[in-house]
Amino acid sequence: MSAVAAIAPDAAAERFDSRFTVPGMRCAGCIARIERGLGELPGVEAARVNFSARRVAVRHDARLDEEALVEALEQLGFAAQPVAANPLATDDRDAKLLLRALAVAGFGMMNIMLLSVSVWSGAGGVTREMFHWLSALIALPVVAYSGRPFFASAAMALRYGRTNMDVPISIGVLLATGMSFHETLTGGEHAYFDGAVMLLFFLLAGRALDATMRNRTRAGIGALLGRMGKSAAVLQEDGSTRRIAAEGLFPGMVMLVAAGEALAADGEVIDGAGAVDNAMLTGESTPEPVAAGDRVHAGAVNLSAPLRIRLTATRDDTALAEIARLMDEAGQSRSRYVRIADRASRLYAPAVHTLALLAFVGWMLAGAGWHQAMIIAISVLIITCPCAMGLAVPAAQVVASGALVKQGVLVKDGSALERLAEVDTVLFDKTGTLTLGEPRAQLDGLDDEARAVALGLSQNSRHPLSKGLVASLQAVGTRPAEVIGVHEESGHGLLGLWRGTEVALERAAATSDGLAATLRIGGRRWHIAFSDPLRSDARETVAALSDMGLASQILSGDRLQAVAPVARALGILGRGGISPAEKLAVLEALKRQRHRPLMVGDGLNDGPALAAAHASLAPGSASDASQQAADAVFLGDRLGPVALAVRVARETMRIVRQNFAFAIGYNLLAVPLALAGMVTPMVAAIAMSLSSLAVVGNSLRLARSTR
Amino acid sequence: MSGLAILIPIALAMGAFGLAVFFWAMKHGQFEDLDGAAQRILIDDEADDAA
Repeated sequence: MSAVAAIAPDAAAERFDSRFTVPGMRCAGCIARIERGLGELPGVEAARVNFSARRVAVRHDARLDEEALVEALEQLGFAAQPVAANPLATDDRDAKLLLRALAVAGFGMMNIMLLSVSVWSGAGGVTREMFHWLSALIALPVVAYSGRPFFASAAMALRYGRTNMDVPISIGVLLATGMSFHETLTGGEHAYFDGAVMLLFFLLAGRALDATMRNRTRAGIGALLGRMGKSAAVLQEDGSTRRIAAEGLFPGMVMLVAAGEALAADGEVIDGAGAVDNAMLTGESTPEPVAAGDRVHAGAVNLSAPLRIRLTATRDDTALAEIARLMDEAGQSRSRYVRIADRASRLYAPAVHTLALLAFVGWMLAGAGWHQAMIIAISVLIITCPCAMGLAVPAAQVVASGALVKQGVLVKDGSALERLAEVDTVLFDKTGTLTLGEPRAQLDGLDDEARAVALGLSQNSRHPLSKGLVASLQAVGTRPAEVIGVHEESGHGLLGLWRGTEVALERAAATSDGLAATLRIGGRRWHIAFSDPLRSDARETVAALSDMGLASQILSGDRLQAVAPVARALGILGRGGISPAEKLAVLEALKRQRHRPLMVGDGLNDGPALAAAHASLAPGSASDASQQAADAVFLGDRLGPVALAVRVARETMRIVRQNFAFAIGYNLLAVPLALAGMVTPMVAAIAMSLSSLAVVGNSLRLARSTR
Repeated sequence: MSGLAILIPIALAMGAFGLAVFFWAMKHGQFEDLDGAAQRILIDDEADDAA
């Protein structure tokens, strides 16, 4: 602790940015309350709410840490969870580039259209030529600027000898622009500048929508290992201790771990007894008692008395590093998933090329000049790159994910929605997923006085049981009694004075019936039992999932005895005592049987399974690494969002398929016209805008899908 | 015809101005929190009275 005090004066000048999700924000009053409440805290420089994302960004100095800020938010009446750097943020730079390109294309499109309408309505001679020149003047820089995303991607595909949707788009746009420029030079009748720029505009709209959904690459592994202790106090031969960085530790060394310190390596306790918080590894928030001979793992936090630990595994061999490695490998199978838009364009792009080429060759053979054949081939390319095709998927997915955010489900990217729609089995973790993951006290035996004293005592401690007691008492509206001189005795409990009487909240004598504490006021004693309750709508959610044809089961690292009652209560299959690697094996086995499992879990031990499952969900209270491995995060105390997410995902795919059907239907109508050489710039412009509007309109129906 | 010589540059300039404003707004984070902006108008700014 002294080390912290010593650096405090310097660190006070340093500024930190912390972010929290606050799902409970609903109104302007909440924004004001949070920003003012946090702003008044000493050490907070600025607090800014982002209401759309239900997030708060706080700029503060070293006097505060994330935990203190979460507590401050709780006192303001909002449940909050810290979020790492920005796990759900979209790739901003990419999205902004697309938005700029979109704005430029929009500007060009409107101005060129203004000129084109005059040409279509009969402007001729010098006026038409001047308007074509003006259009060219606008279109050339606009195409050069706004077309870059497509040109770059097409060039990349061609370099590897492949083709994608951007190839026909790029060829179509470039040919149409080049041809129109040639027409302008020679004073021709038709210029397709409007068509080329409009095509860019609508396609960019689709890309920009898609980019707002894109997930930052999964950087979870670094964040995960960051939780491991960075160094350890290692016992030297002469009995003194020396701090050694985690990389310098070797099995056989003996380290001293102070209370509150995170372990830097795996080991075996050789001296001392107390409790460790294993939440990092198991997701289990209740402290685990340890004594000499017990094994402890890197990343666990020592909660009580100092421990002396002989190291058994260090650096990359720790259980934590093993999980990180499993997650890394498991996540790779998912990156091979091919999104529906790509699947469509794989079939579509070659067909478009062939058709345009055939049109060119056909008209040449039929005796038309190369000029006319070229114009027809270009109009085929333009008309078969329907903007509706580019908008079909992203428009639906953006609307759906927007609707889901309002219900507290944050979906990371479009492919997540596609995969969620395909799942047929649901695997739940128990602790923290089906249950709240936090102990809640049973207050039946306590009178009002005892409750007030209990709150007065417990609010001084950060022990998980104290926090659970505070939450339970606040939920029934207890006001704290004024307890003075409260101090925490390590491994024992809380002591204080209330109206001159000694009061205490102590660890209950070891019993087999789970977690408990004893409240003592003078000579009177109360037994307070704790349990980890199921989420209130767990049963309904499992029933809703089974209505959708999804079988659920529990896959927990917890003991089978703890899993069985939950499984019985929900009426589903439960398996207990499963290690992270075994969870992974269960998932692989399911996949081999051609099942598509959805994993719902929160703990680090679920990380590999979350990464390997066909789709995955994590509650907002999950560890950072799990949130990053999951496809979507749901906030709040309810489990209902799991069923909702699957339902909306399926609805989205239905709309996407309708959109595709519409886009293809439009093609079947328009292609013969284009092949017959009857598509003028005006026909192309009208067809493009109408089909795009229809697809967007159809997608907007998803906004109501969460009701 | 001479009217066009004035009107078309004006139309283009207006469009370009709009485009420039959009670029500025995006650079300064005006689109970061659209729902929040709608809510903030409702906050009574008591903080100013107290200060």
